[in-house]
Amino acid sequence: MTAKVTFNTDRCKGCELCTTVCPKHIVVIDTTVINRKGYHPATVSDISQCIACASCAKICPDSIITVEKF
Amino acid sequence: MEKELWKGNEAIAEAALRAGCDCYFGYPITPQSEVPEYMSAHMPKYGKVFVQAESELAAINMVYGAGGAGLRAMTSSSSPGISLQQEGITYLAGAEVPCVIVNCMRGGPGLGTIQPGQSDYYQCTRGGGNGDYRTLVLAPSNIQETVDCIQEAFDIADQYRNPVMVVMDGLIGQMMEPIEWKPYKKRELAPKDWAATGRYGREEHNIINSLYIDPELCDVHNKHLAEKYALIEKNEVRWECIDCDDAEVIITAYGTPARIALTALENLRAQGIKVGLFRPITLWPFPEKALHDLVGNDNVKVILDVELSSTGQMIDDIRLAVEGRKPIRYLGHAGGVMPTVEEICETAINALKEVK
Amino acid sequence: MAVVYEKTKGLTDVELHYCPGCNHGIIQKLVAEVLEEMGMLDTAIAVCPVGCSVFAYKYFSVDTLQAAHGRAPAVATGIKRCRPTQPVFTYQGDGDLASIGTGEIVHAAMRGEKFTTIFINNAIYGMTGGQMAPTTLIGQKTTTSQGGRTAEQAGMPIRMAEMLATLDGCVYAERVCVADIPNINKAKRAIKKAFEKQMNNEGFTFIEVLSTCPTNWGMTPIQAVQWMKDNMIPYYPLGVIKEKAMEV
Repeated sequence: MTAKVTFNTDRCKGCELCTTVCPKHIVVIDTTVINRKGYHPATVSDISQCIACASCAKICPDSIITVEKF
Repeated sequence: MEKELWKGNEAIAEAALRAGCDCYFGYPITPQSEVPEYMSAHMPKYGKVFVQAESELAAINMVYGAGGAGLRAMTSSSSPGISLQQEGITYLAGAEVPCVIVNCMRGGPGLGTIQPGQSDYYQCTRGGGNGDYRTLVLAPSNIQETVDCIQEAFDIADQYRNPVMVVMDGLIGQMMEPIEWKPYKKRELAPKDWAATGRYGREEHNIINSLYIDPELCDVHNKHLAEKYALIEKNEVRWECIDCDDAEVIITAYGTPARIALTALENLRAQGIKVGLFRPITLWPFPEKALHDLVGNDNVKVILDVELSSTGQMIDDIRLAVEGRKPIRYLGHAGGVMPTVEEICETAINALKEVK
Repeated sequence: MAVVYEKTKGLTDVELHYCPGCNHGIIQKLVAEVLEEMGMLDTAIAVCPVGCSVFAYKYFSVDTLQAAHGRAPAVATGIKRCRPTQPVFTYQGDGDLASIGTGEIVHAAMRGEKFTTIFINNAIYGMTGGQMAPTTLIGQKTTTSQGGRTAEQAGMPIRMAEMLATLDGCVYAERVCVADIPNINKAKRAIKKAFEKQMNNEGFTFIEVLSTCPTNWGMTPIQAVQWMKDNMIPYYPLGVIKEKAMEV
């Protein structure tokens, strides 16, 4: 499967809830980045493993994640 | 038009129905319980909404919901119940939700008495709730005038998107008088495109709200309200002057005391004593300029204020209008005790003697 | 390319003011998704409370009224009685609904008002800075119960769903949480069922959602979810508290 996960990174508050629900453990906090709000935002470490289940998007309190699949 | 005999509270309810009141929310309290009773019996017949709320607090918030959703909403109560509604009234004023609130006033403080009173003057004209706001306050002095002004109150509320209060002492609610149902010319009103009706294709969602967390926006909102209040002061102030042109004594009174004062005036005039009656019909806006100009006349020697209140409350507005230029005397009772014609005559004669 | 998940049109594009990890965002999203899926964004009217979710009027894309503290059920009564065919809901926190607004919620439920209440129970006052709520657990430390809540001083925490379920007018009461994906799915189904029952004119419908307040609990969002599971669920059990069969 080819999936695409888009984060509206500017709006991420780095709460990490998305990292707790990913069955593939590929949603992670990117500690190399600080967004405009001052948080380390979430990202996907290895998109090739993504199954587009959208769990990360469903739990995101700020609705910043969009999930697509080909 | 044929006259019909109506009890005040029932006439109020019927007048509201005729004025297109869509919904009524209320709670029983003496001396206004005939209003919810009448509404409960008659509103469903016309497909309109009646809910007996669990409290006056809930009733005023139901009014907020219905008024905010674009309906003509009304509640009625009496003094202690109106105290409880102050939270809702400040929200209605802040969020600019139109509605009509009837206060069939009784005496206080606290549980006070179920007898007529006028000691809610401060509460209704100064705003018993928090914040800078005003409610337009109509104060009829007989049932005919009450019926007429209930009909107009809904239009005024809609026109300015503001709560309108109709206040009368409990006597007017409880007594019966012949009235006629006069044809009423409705004001031209803008559509309620601000109301939370459901979007139905509208691009933006409508929000009924009184919260402005940003200081500048809250300041702007308050300025907007202040401008609206200035417009109401300019357009809606009402009063009645009787025999004031040559009067040496001006009696100021509203509601039932104004009617007693009118009989006193006739008696005094018959004795050759020059007395006039100045009767505010709107308590807010108070007819300040009219009274200010009137007491400026050289013939006016003294003002006698008569209220159903032990301390006097409207008297403060009279002092503001008189600006210390003429002496002011006061006659008032609480607890439902009415000032008598003889009392008013005697007080007026003594007041005139003192100042002459 | 097919979109599997994107932000619902039931929410506006306004950024949420909630603290990181606050469950309000998840719960509001679920409500908004249900409204969108049921085709009700054009007809729904929301009533928002005083408390952390006071700004929900900016977030829901439907017409909204902001109510005085605790009075949302009375406001919703006024709306729904006048607009009986439209979906109406209140969104209230535990200070709003379980403390200052108990009179309004009890009587709306008693009358069987045909609106839906989404009740967010996070066992604390969030907006005012972490004071004790009627739902605060025994032993839980807050700024007004600094040694931990005691039953002697403040009584036992109130279970609103169970209490309202005793009223005949309440046709559906369920307690859910949004701690993980299975629970989020359950919560959404419960919210949807409540709106369906509302639109069937069955009566008052009530969904209590156990929520977290990481900031005022003094925890990370992940710790807060675990604390909620370990401490709140045992006292506030999840599941259907009441579902009245529809009369035919």
